[in-house]
Amino acid sequence: MNSGSGPRGSRRQMNKVARGSLLGIEGMAAGEITGLFKLARRMNPLKARPLLRGKRVLLLFYEASTRTRSSFEIAAQSLGAMTTLILSSGSSIEKGESLLDTAYTLRAVGADVIVVRHPNAGAPLLMAGHLDIPVINAGDGMHEHPSQALLDAYTILRHKKTLKGLRVTIVGDIYHSRVARSAIHLLSKFGSRITLCGPVEFLPALASTLAPGLQISRTVEEAVDGADVVMVLRVQKERLAGTRISLEDYVARYQMTMPRLRLAGRDALLMHPGPIIRGLELTWEVADCPQSVIVEEVRNGVPVRMAILAKALGRSA
Amino acid sequence: MSQRRIQGLLIRGGHLIDPAADIDAPMDILLRDGRVAEISAPNQIRGSAEEKFDAKGLIVAPGFIDLHIHLREPGQSYKETIATGTSAAAAGGFTSVCCMPNTHPAVDSPEWVTWMQQPDRGAVVNVFPIAAATQASKGAVLTDFRALQRAGAVAVTDDGKPILSDAIMRDTLRVGAEINLPVIQHAEDTRATEGCSMNESPTSFRLGLRGMAASAEASIVERDIRLAQQFNGARLHVAHTSTAAALEAVRLGKRNKVRVTCEVTPHHFTLTDADVRNYNANFKMNPPLRSAADREAVLRALADGTIDAIATDHAPHALHEKMIEFEEAAFGITGLETALSLAITHLHRERKISLAKIVELFTSGPARVLDLNGRGTLACGGPADVTIFDPRKKWTYQACKGQSKSYNTPFDGWQFTGKIVATIVGGQIVHRAG
Repeated sequence: MNSGSGPRGSRRQMNKVARGSLLGIEGMAAGEITGLFKLARRMNPLKARPLLRGKRVLLLFYEASTRTRSSFEIAAQSLGAMTTLILSSGSSIEKGESLLDTAYTLRAVGADVIVVRHPNAGAPLLMAGHLDIPVINAGDGMHEHPSQALLDAYTILRHKKTLKGLRVTIVGDIYHSRVARSAIHLLSKFGSRITLCGPVEFLPALASTLAPGLQISRTVEEAVDGADVVMVLRVQKERLAGTRISLEDYVARYQMTMPRLRLAGRDALLMHPGPIIRGLELTWEVADCPQSVIVEEVRNGVPVRMAILAKALGRSA
Repeated sequence: MSQRRIQGLLIRGGHLIDPAADIDAPMDILLRDGRVAEISAPNQIRGSAEEKFDAKGLIVAPGFIDLHIHLREPGQSYKETIATGTSAAAAGGFTSVCCMPNTHPAVDSPEWVTWMQQPDRGAVVNVFPIAAATQASKGAVLTDFRALQRAGAVAVTDDGKPILSDAIMRDTLRVGAEINLPVIQHAEDTRATEGCSMNESPTSFRLGLRGMAASAEASIVERDIRLAQQFNGARLHVAHTSTAAALEAVRLGKRNKVRVTCEVTPHHFTLTDADVRNYNANFKMNPPLRSAADREAVLRALADGTIDAIATDHAPHALHEKMIEFEEAAFGITGLETALSLAITHLHRERKISLAKIVELFTSGPARVLDLNGRGTLACGGPADVTIFDPRKKWTYQACKGQSKSYNTPFDGWQFTGKIVATIVGGQIVHRAG
């Protein structure tokens, strides 16, 4: 089947994105998000109805992934779908095939939905604009990681009644983080009070323009004080290279330690989208403390992604 | 192009705007043997002509000059050729174009400057090559400015690869000053913009794209003006100026009598970084679309005389270089065929900048910047380069129907007011609206 009119005919503007696509949290209505949560609550990976029997889910990963890839795959298979995994290494992408040509190819072999992770911001949108099947963004560059934000909010709602008024502190490398951007969009749609914390290299003043009412703090103690949720982000050592802050400084000033976490509310949740680097952005003790829901986040990734896939393929009833 | 050469052409009934000659009135013009023969009040032309052009209701202006275009030859003829690029220029009303040397190889020798101007290239408008300032534009060893100038180069630049080294820039300005050769700088501190694909702004943060700070432009402009001050006669021209701070530096430089000039592009006076929606790579160029405040500064500087010329930075690219991930896509957009229409639509109609000012920015302004003697004005005995346009004509631009080999433009499908009706080079009609 012809996917759109090909690059020449459709070069002027992107076509409509297929229904069920999940490209970013920013453009979603709050109702859509709560709808997905409702659906996710009904999803049990161990005894799911085969809603997606006969459907083909293509997982297209241009970047490494453990959690996102395995949980999308398990989510799809739990619903009875067939999955095929394409990695950029070992595929025609290595031979120089363009993103759109890979997209047309996957459509032509019979994909019903494409889940894509890509190092460039906007890549899933480019694909979706030229395909007639839904595209799910599994993380694009520094832009968004919508399924992660959905599973994080879903996890918070297993412990907290509402997101409204919830004091959420996000600590770490916000600038490079697609997880942070998606989380900020989602939480601010539901009225959470968000504080961002990190050195200027990881948290430029511009970050406060992402959503209304964002607070910026350079002091982790101040940022964590009284928080209901503390979300710690991974720090890549190589990103500190060439900045004015050394690894040692970062650890001294921003690492989540037990004394710092104790400044948060007594029943505050400690979250991290993974992969965690113990000893860098958080200590071993913090990662495993009773308030930590890091493993639960991963677990919740499966029903949330089942809901995303079911909705993408119109089988959410 | 017409089949046979026209000996004499009478343009009658039009309204002549020639800012350099201080004319803004109904005038008839007689062109003969490639020269302007006569300019007179309506119906007062004494000489005769075998061809007549009825310019009733139209503006007649000196041929437009574009100081900054990429013709892609030698080396990248899949994007554009001198023949197709100059056809696009003619369609956009430009009778003279100055082309950048960032070709493959770079135009860094008199031989290449000569090659650019040979009849075999098939140019339909005047081509004025700008030569590389350093060998292969590597920013290390100066080219032979004198030989390049003798071969026809009108300026030197390492466009696209800014000269960062103070020492090399100083030498460039010094040697340029000795022979009155302008130095054009693409002002960007590339040490601060690595990996960036748009302006640093709330939009870049939201889209997750690395942003170029406005200061990366201004810091180089300020440095260059400081260096230009050191040499009597040094001439600095700032290409595609895009930020408020850089314009302020130019304004200050001019006030301090530094010989500094600058140009702006139609896209920078029309669009802002907020237009970079949906990662459409036809909104990706360098310098990038800037903030609304920067655009306001550009509009102010256009009105107050800080800006000497509108230049398109016409940068054609093939689809396979644009229909890809935004961060991977090539920088640059086409611009020759939309420049006047954007100026009339957004400067004249929206901002009430006079048509005379707009014509100046397309004619005498750029002619002065690069000393294109005799161009940019219509004087008896001067070159018969004429641009005729209809300032009220409404039309819809369709990139695929253009003359350029490429159609990487953000303006495809835009509705414009103001359209080129005819372009005359050396007395010959090289473009006529169908």
